[in-house]
Amino acid sequence: MRYLPLTDADRRTMLAKIGVPSVDSLFRDVPERARFGKIDLPDHLGELEVERAISAMAAKNLGTGRAPSFLGAGAYRHHVPSSVDHLIQRGEFLTSYTPYQPEVTQGTLEYLFEFQTQVALIADMDVANASMYDGATATAEAVMMANRVTRRSKAVLSGGLHPHYREIVATHAHFGGFTAEFLPPDPQGQESLLDRIDNQTSCVVVQNPGFFGHLRDYAALAQACQKAGALLIVAVAEIVSLGAVKPPGAMGADIVAAEGQSLGNALGFGGPYVGLFATREKYVRQMPGRLVGQTVDTDGRRGWVLTLSTREQHIRREKATSNICTNSGLCALAFTIHLTILGEAGFTRLADLNHATAVRLAERLSSVKGVEVVNDTFFNEFTVRLPKPATSVIDALADRGILGGVPVSRLYPKESALADLLLLAATETNTDADIDALVRALKEVL
Amino acid sequence: MSTVKFTEEHEWIKVEGDTGTVGITPYAQEQLGDVVYVELPAVGKQVEKGKEMAVVESVKAASEVYAPVSGAIVAVNDKLAGEPATVNAEPMAGGWFVKIKLSKPDELNGLMDQAAYDKYVKGLH
Repeated sequence: MRYLPLTDADRRTMLAKIGVPSVDSLFRDVPERARFGKIDLPDHLGELEVERAISAMAAKNLGTGRAPSFLGAGAYRHHVPSSVDHLIQRGEFLTSYTPYQPEVTQGTLEYLFEFQTQVALIADMDVANASMYDGATATAEAVMMANRVTRRSKAVLSGGLHPHYREIVATHAHFGGFTAEFLPPDPQGQESLLDRIDNQTSCVVVQNPGFFGHLRDYAALAQACQKAGALLIVAVAEIVSLGAVKPPGAMGADIVAAEGQSLGNALGFGGPYVGLFATREKYVRQMPGRLVGQTVDTDGRRGWVLTLSTREQHIRREKATSNICTNSGLCALAFTIHLTILGEAGFTRLADLNHATAVRLAERLSSVKGVEVVNDTFFNEFTVRLPKPATSVIDALADRGILGGVPVSRLYPKESALADLLLLAATETNTDADIDALVRALKEVL
Repeated sequence: MSTVKFTEEHEWIKVEGDTGTVGITPYAQEQLGDVVYVELPAVGKQVEKGKEMAVVESVKAASEVYAPVSGAIVAVNDKLAGEPATVNAEPMAGGWFVKIKLSKPDELNGLMDQAAYDKYVKGLH
């Protein structure tokens, strides 16, 4: 089969064969008003001209690679060793398909098994699946899993949960027929969830560190959930935090749903990312997604297979535990290679470095007149209150070549009380010169 | 006195008074192979004759188990959670799934007795 566009001759032959005068006449059953009108596109260009035109457009972006960047809010710039990209581009990894046949896919199955092991270890949970699409969809799947486990249908979602994650859960609630109670945005990190739990609650969803950066210990909440027969779901948007912060499993979480982008994966305008999903062994049959297990072959040698597949769509069709019939394989591989290169000590050091940089940033910012750091606790991201709307400040900083953070209003456009709040993240990629430049520019624009 | 009736979907129901104990037949467990998991409904759930009531999963497949009669679930066999293989070993005894309090006892008349079911199974080969 040729992967080339059809020629006019091809078209004529095909149309003649089926007895139709033109391609347009194939669409005559579609009402005129529902059809695309004439699309005004420029004429074709040569490769060189296209390259020039696209490069000129791309140059309008202020990329994180060529500006001091303090962007975060769920997507974090970290240094990804070049070995990660080299290794994931090996043909055996890059072009491999779903590992249904263990006899020919041991390499893929083995790295997914390693991935699951790493996720379970850093989250301090019993079992993790072979990955999901991203943190937001993993969180929505966690809520639906809690509904299955508890046979209840009311989820309570913290005001510290990422607004995108909340929106994805709301979409599933709307079409999936369950109730989602959203607490108002919680920039102070002091909301109380205990009094929101009753005997109808299927789960409580929190995020740690929270969207506004606060760190909290949810052990008491976990106990309250358990007492009420509800599950505690802890979302993690910045997975590097688990190198320094008490993991959700140690707080008593029943399900952990996380975004894995920070390890191995580029910001990439928001995707593709990789969702992490972990739970307790007793709930494994209600867990969505792929699961790779370790076994032995007929000669007693160690090997890997997809296991518990009967839960899944390709076996159980519409009765499957979820419609997740795939995973973010290549992003999961990048995650695993990066974490393997770091090792346990490296992961901890990376987390410490992130926190130390963010502490320096917070100290410097609190010395700027008009800037108030809201957080008492944070990992590598925190909220500041500005004396004017944060979007105007961010635009002025961008004019000076600095990506100064994410205004909370970008994600909560209707909450005018949050308009002056700005989220700033600092990672190992931020230098002291970055911080100096930000502080200098802020003094100018405030 | 108790009566045992069978469905074409290979469930059995043993009725005592107004309550029926339900499981899957020896033929069904043999066709499924080693049972590894049984998903049971919650006690108190209302089930309807012919509608899905439980799921039985073997190394080969996952299959729905249908309610042979309508009524309320009054008990489930929790033992199956830890020892699903009981369904293979004792399908008509220790491997029972649920107990249903019958809301429409007349529905039993539409089910097969042992002789009719044996003949039905024989006809499947």
